[in-house]
Amino acid sequence: MSEANLPFIGAILLTVVGGAAVLTWFERRLLGIWQDRYGPNRLGPFGILQVAADMLKLLTKHDWIPPFADRFVFVIAPTAIVISMLMAFAVVPFGPDHYLIDMNVGLLFFLAMSSLAVYSVMLGGLASNNKYALLGGLRAAAQMVSYEVFMGLSLMGVVMLSGSFSLVDIVEAQQDGWYFIPQFLGLYVFIIAGIAESHRLPFDLPEAEHELTAGFHTEYGGMKFTMFMLGEYCGLILLSCMITTLFFGGWLGPFFPPLVWFALKTFGFVCFFILLRAAIPRPRYDQLMALGWTVMLPITLINLVATGAIALWMNQA
Amino acid sequence: MIEAFVSQIRTIWRILLHSFTKAETVQYPEQKPYLAPRYRGRIVLTRDPDGDERCVACNLCAVACPPDCIALQQGTREDGRWYPEFFRINFSRCIMCGMCEEACPTNAIQLTPDFEMCEYDRQNMVYEKEHLLINGTGKYHDYNFYRVSGLKIDGKDKGEAQNEAEPIDVKSLLP
Ligand code: SF4
Ligand code: SF4
Repeated sequence: MSEANLPFIGAILLTVVGGAAVLTWFERRLLGIWQDRYGPNRLGPFGILQVAADMLKLLTKHDWIPPFADRFVFVIAPTAIVISMLMAFAVVPFGPDHYLIDMNVGLLFFLAMSSLAVYSVMLGGLASNNKYALLGGLRAAAQMVSYEVFMGLSLMGVVMLSGSFSLVDIVEAQQDGWYFIPQFLGLYVFIIAGIAESHRLPFDLPEAEHELTAGFHTEYGGMKFTMFMLGEYCGLILLSCMITTLFFGGWLGPFFPPLVWFALKTFGFVCFFILLRAAIPRPRYDQLMALGWTVMLPITLINLVATGAIALWMNQA
Repeated sequence: MIEAFVSQIRTIWRILLHSFTKAETVQYPEQKPYLAPRYRGRIVLTRDPDGDERCVACNLCAVACPPDCIALQQGTREDGRWYPEFFRINFSRCIMCGMCEEACPTNAIQLTPDFEMCEYDRQNMVYEKEHLLINGTGKYHDYNFYRVSGLKIDGKDKGEAQNEAEPIDVKSLLP
């Protein structure tokens, strides 16, 4: 990392964290629209100052650590998810020259970082020493580990087509055709696995407020709770960025500058994920697991084999 | 399986169409909801057409009230009429069910279309008679209990009420 990159790192951090903060408000407004109501619309223009009000509230909350909790792990756990999510942004290519590092294993780095987030949830659940939190943590661990499998596999089709693990190369390889057409199965699996991975609705089984009060963050409040939420929203943005990069040609697009295209596409997917939240109810836990192993895994494998065969055939011809 | 997938897609599409429907929300403080004339809100005690308070302190409303939030004390005036010495409704317990209005034989207690009764101090939710009594007849304009009932008060003897026959002396055998 060179010195010159420092402002750029700052810009990315600011955009992502600021974006995640604004997203809390934006999500509520969008959900409101789709549920025929308004959402927070009082504070400031369109209610955007709600973000500031929420921040103020969360910052001034009593920072309580339950006496029965494992103090050290309890405090450390929420930071892990934020750090790992923000780390993953290092490899996201926002534009042809706007990326921090072009790793030749960038895709694997992203997968690794998004898997590390499971520690946060699991340790948080474990350290809370509360049965709901523990159940939430268990669910998170099982869900994320199993969806991890085909999240990675679903992307191998993309890797085969582009012949590279580097995200910049993958985008460049989409010059003549974005991958969501040949890789529609991969896209489908990746979206579902991604939601499960970032445990957002409809796959927020680790939280499942109807069954587990608040799941893994039952005992968390104030800033530590904010960290979990920040991590979750960063995860959402990251997921949208990755879908844009891997399947929808990243920064590629006519007329507008690359950065604008990237932002537009990412924004579209963020909206799409909020729409999913508004539309789809949460499945039962065993249904979620069954869906993963009996449907998603076969689809991924079929996709993998078919893509491999076609790639081989194309190379020979 | 395919069916389930299609149904999910259809759900998403239907929800997306909601972007174009109008919000149901009533933006309350600026925009008031319509309240029907018989909306059950804040309770009032009404007066009869002659301006006398209607309540005869029969306690029927207090008995009917499910959360027991009405308290009153009966008193008698010189002219023989009954009236409540105090009449107290604890609105922090009232559930606005309207049972008291239905139980009242004199149409004295009535619910009105007003629900804006917020207070910072809970004690202020307890309304006394001077807060409840209004200078009007409420929903029933012509009804006056003492004019139709057979009760004897000053200025109105037995048999003088509306549609009331002269009393019969049951102790006499003569026709
Ligand atoms: S409205 Fe119902 S709860 Fe309220 S005072 Fe009358 S009977 Fe009691
Ligand atoms: S308000 Fe009606 S029911 Fe209640 S004590 Fe008075 S007359 Fe009786």
